[in-house]
Amino acid sequence: MKPVTRIHSRTAVLADENIDTDRIIPARFLTTTTREGLGRVCFNDWRYLPDGSDNPAFPLNRPEAKGCAILVAGRNFGCGSSREHAPWALLDYGIRAVLSSEIADIFRNNALKNGLLAIVVAEAEHHWLLDNPGVDLSIDVREQTITLPGGKAFRFELEPFARHCLLEGVDQLGFLLQHADAITAYEQHLEQAA
Amino acid sequence: MNAPRTLFEKIWDAHVVAPETTDTPAVLYVDLQLVHEVTSPQAFDVLRAQGLKLRRPDRTLATLDHSIPTLPASGNGERPYATPAAKAQVARLETNCREFGIELHGWNSSERGIVHVIGPELGATQPGMTIVCGDSHTSTHGAFGALAFGIGTTEVGHVLATQCLLQRKPKTLAIHVDGELPPGVGAKDLILHIIGRIGVNGGTGHVIEYRGAAIEKLSMEARMTVCNMSIEAGARAGLIAPDDTTFAWLQGRARVPHGAAWDAAVAKWSALKTDAGARYDREVHIDAREVKPTVTYGTHPGMALALDAPVPAARDAIEQRALDYMQAAAGKPMQGTPVDVVFVGSCTNGRLPDLREAAHVLRGRRVAKGVRMLVVPGSEAVRRAAEAEGLHEVFRAAGAEWREPGCSMCIAMNGDMAQPGQLVVSTSNRNFEGRQGKGARTVLASPATAAASAVAGVIADPRAYPQQERAA
Ligand code: SF4
Repeated sequence: MKPVTRIHSRTAVLADENIDTDRIIPARFLTTTTREGLGRVCFNDWRYLPDGSDNPAFPLNRPEAKGCAILVAGRNFGCGSSREHAPWALLDYGIRAVLSSEIADIFRNNALKNGLLAIVVAEAEHHWLLDNPGVDLSIDVREQTITLPGGKAFRFELEPFARHCLLEGVDQLGFLLQHADAITAYEQHLEQAA
Repeated sequence: MNAPRTLFEKIWDAHVVAPETTDTPAVLYVDLQLVHEVTSPQAFDVLRAQGLKLRRPDRTLATLDHSIPTLPASGNGERPYATPAAKAQVARLETNCREFGIELHGWNSSERGIVHVIGPELGATQPGMTIVCGDSHTSTHGAFGALAFGIGTTEVGHVLATQCLLQRKPKTLAIHVDGELPPGVGAKDLILHIIGRIGVNGGTGHVIEYRGAAIEKLSMEARMTVCNMSIEAGARAGLIAPDDTTFAWLQGRARVPHGAAWDAAVAKWSALKTDAGARYDREVHIDAREVKPTVTYGTHPGMALALDAPVPAARDAIEQRALDYMQAAAGKPMQGTPVDVVFVGSCTNGRLPDLREAAHVLRGRRVAKGVRMLVVPGSEAVRRAAEAEGLHEVFRAAGAEWREPGCSMCIAMNGDMAQPGQLVVSTSNRNFEGRQGKGARTVLASPATAAASAVAGVIADPRAYPQQERAA
């Protein structure tokens, strides 16, 4: 994973609550065997009209949302399935961070492992961000701060290990493999107990 | 004396390879990983790219379920895959299993089926285990007192390579279900009622333990239905303490110990309950006597209510959007809504007792004109057992389609799907927009409610369709 230290972008807003992984990427696109190229079908059934043209009612299709790398979403974003295709699709679409007052457990986990910042913000800030699309935000992973245009900043929580992996670009599999001896010892203890 | 612990804590503690610290999560040992075709190919690629071996083929078990057709192969053995990509994905799992030495319940296995149906059937799922799968409904296995949860594909790779996961310890939520479920009301009604109460995010960050008199009375299949939908309340996992019902169900299955080893296992498993005085982070009480046949009316499983209760008015634009999508009218009950498609199946309700429940309603009756009904057994074993009882004849005589095992319309990625605007009464677990086909409207229900709705042509109360005598 490439290190992620800082993201600077305008925000786009999807105010719906409970945006589930089927909406992020419908199941019929999961027959892929790679993780590439899923941006094309990100939010597919919301984003396109039946004739394949862009749906003007989909907020991210608005001209001012183009190129925004920070998505502000309604409460409980990413609920539903464990498909990692959801963060893969968002990243490929160009999203680098998702902010919400609540983010589903498995999605958040999957997102952070892929360098997509899934950040939980406090209710008050969440409301403000939902009401003010298109603001320029600066997210600092080291400081765990989000800075608003006027320079006002607020802190967010980030699990320390996830933060470390983001900043250093740590491969978590590599970290786990360093525990090989402890795993072997655990397995030996299992066999003896059986 | 050790401090009293919850069931969850006992299982967690027994699997810690390296404890968590402020800076790092725990390294947690995984006893069993289940694998299917959709969420695994990229994980195997990582192993290959890094030259890693599969650490424990004996703790890995694979099946085909999501992308596969549920219509039979043609005369020349050709299977009717929905797309070439689906076919290629299945072929990829076959190759990966061969290359890494994994037991695959593929096309030639008489035990193939939905991953969360076959794990228990084979006795691979056992009390006290940690079980993972790249699939959120892994929570199903918690019915056996196993800590079982869904993971992403990156983590599938972690477990393939190390048999371990990096995990922060979740919180615990006890859901006490007191009293007894009324006649004609089952596990699916109960879990929809619970999610309606606590909400789709009511369990976020928690592992749920279901307990109380009503839970103890449930069969294993009913317990699986309850634990299956824990994720729909946002919880990572659901747990039920193993008891005599659990042990009786497991005894004699292929992968459980036999003879003296069985007795020893039961003795060990019997200690897997929450100690008196152990503390949960949160507790909720549900009165089973209040539960009625329950259905969903919106676009997530938390929008659930008794089928004769009026749909509540939308409290905001987001709820209004959900009602509009469903074409549900506030103030009117869901009962009586015209139905286009009925689906009985999935890892929530695709087991033998579920099929019996639907067949009881359908026996001697017919699916209403204009309604399409699909019945899809959860596994080959379920299919065999159902056919041995003649359930398939009941379904066919009623005008329903009897299919081969798979996920089918639960996720609609194999070609089994509804058309835009169609209303589906479904025994599966998710009523998200487009889950059963673009524009399809899903109403989650029990197998009995689904069957009654198929007969009535509108959403109907199964208690109005008592079982008819078998034809002489
Ligand atoms: S039946 Fe549905 S919920 Fe269960 S594993 Fe298959 S797709 Fe997932």
